Amino acid sequence: MSDTTQLWVIIIALGLGSFGMRFAFLGLVGDRAMPEWLLRHLRYTAVAVIPALVAPLVVWPTATGGEPDATRLSAAVATFAVGYLTKNVFAAMGVGAAVLVTLSALL
Amino acid sequence: MAAGTAMSSYWRGVRDGLPFLAVVGPFAMLFGVLATEAGLAVHETMGFSIVVIAGAAQFTALQLLNENAPTLVIIASALAVNLRMAMYSASITPHLGSLPLWKRGIAAYFLVDQTYAVSLIDYEKNPDQTTAEKFAFFLGVMTPICPPWYLFTFLGAVLGETIPSSFGLDFALPIAFLAMIGPMLRTPAHRIAALAAVVLALAFAWLPFNAGLLVAGLGGMMAGAQAEVRLGIKP
Repeated sequence: MSDTTQLWVIIIALGLGSFGMRFAFLGLVGDRAMPEWLLRHLRYTAVAVIPALVAPLVVWPTATGGEPDATRLSAAVATFAVGYLTKNVFAAMGVGAAVLVTLSALL
Repeated sequence: MAAGTAMSSYWRGVRDGLPFLAVVGPFAMLFGVLATEAGLAVHETMGFSIVVIAGAAQFTALQLLNENAPTLVIIASALAVNLRMAMYSASITPHLGSLPLWKRGIAAYFLVDQTYAVSLIDYEKNPDQTTAEKFAFFLGVMTPICPPWYLFTFLGAVLGETIPSSFGLDFALPIAFLAMIGPMLRTPAHRIAALAAVVLALAFAWLPFNAGLLVAGLGGMMAGAQAEVRLGIKP
């Protein structure tokens, strides 16, 4: 298999697979009622998956080879704290980016 | 009148999605630069961003391509990273499930971390919206996120190595996700779900193929659902 063929096999398989997963429930379940226990679990999807996605990236950043890093940790804490206290996503991102840039320049 | 409220929902979505342009731009550009450095042509790099349209999965595939991993391993690993999309799909179905099939197809294609999270926060904050308003809001959020994903991938691929990899760019994505978590923690059940997910994600980070993320996601969902029942929280 040539490199180009392999690459397009990967791109198309990933595209079909990703769309399949995104369409799985939206397309197949649609407006049929889902059981209450399932809905109760689904209510916590975002609030479970997003923190689970981000926690290892904060504690073991890829850029430092997995070593915990004071700059990134401070920026993470600041971002979360501002988001939690103000409920404002934009303010949280702004403060987090400012802490990251400032500490990167200082340290 | 219905068209008018859908239009205002659309613009509300654009406004809520706009801050993420600051993250999507650099992140897409980074993908374009790295893909070019890995030897991909511009049209191949664009193929990734348009066909797959999933940042984390694209970076995973690129990383494994660089390591000359077998095709099947690359596909399986990148899809495993994307398994959370099935959870997003299930979670957004109570809101958008009654749309015509082709609109559900459009929503599925554009269902990424940011469009999902921003829309869910809005649907929970304003539960009285019609399905048309919710779909319009979703398209609004998507507008400053998905087309720029293509555009900045292209810029990164074309400009390639002329862009210095500035310090901290790697952390743009975690910052964006972290900013979204605070506003989601509305009830004790949400806080318990998030806390359980973080503990599990760190405890199971050693699992291969990003399986730790799935364990943590499912564990957090179960913790939240249990807390809701036991504490008698109104969802």
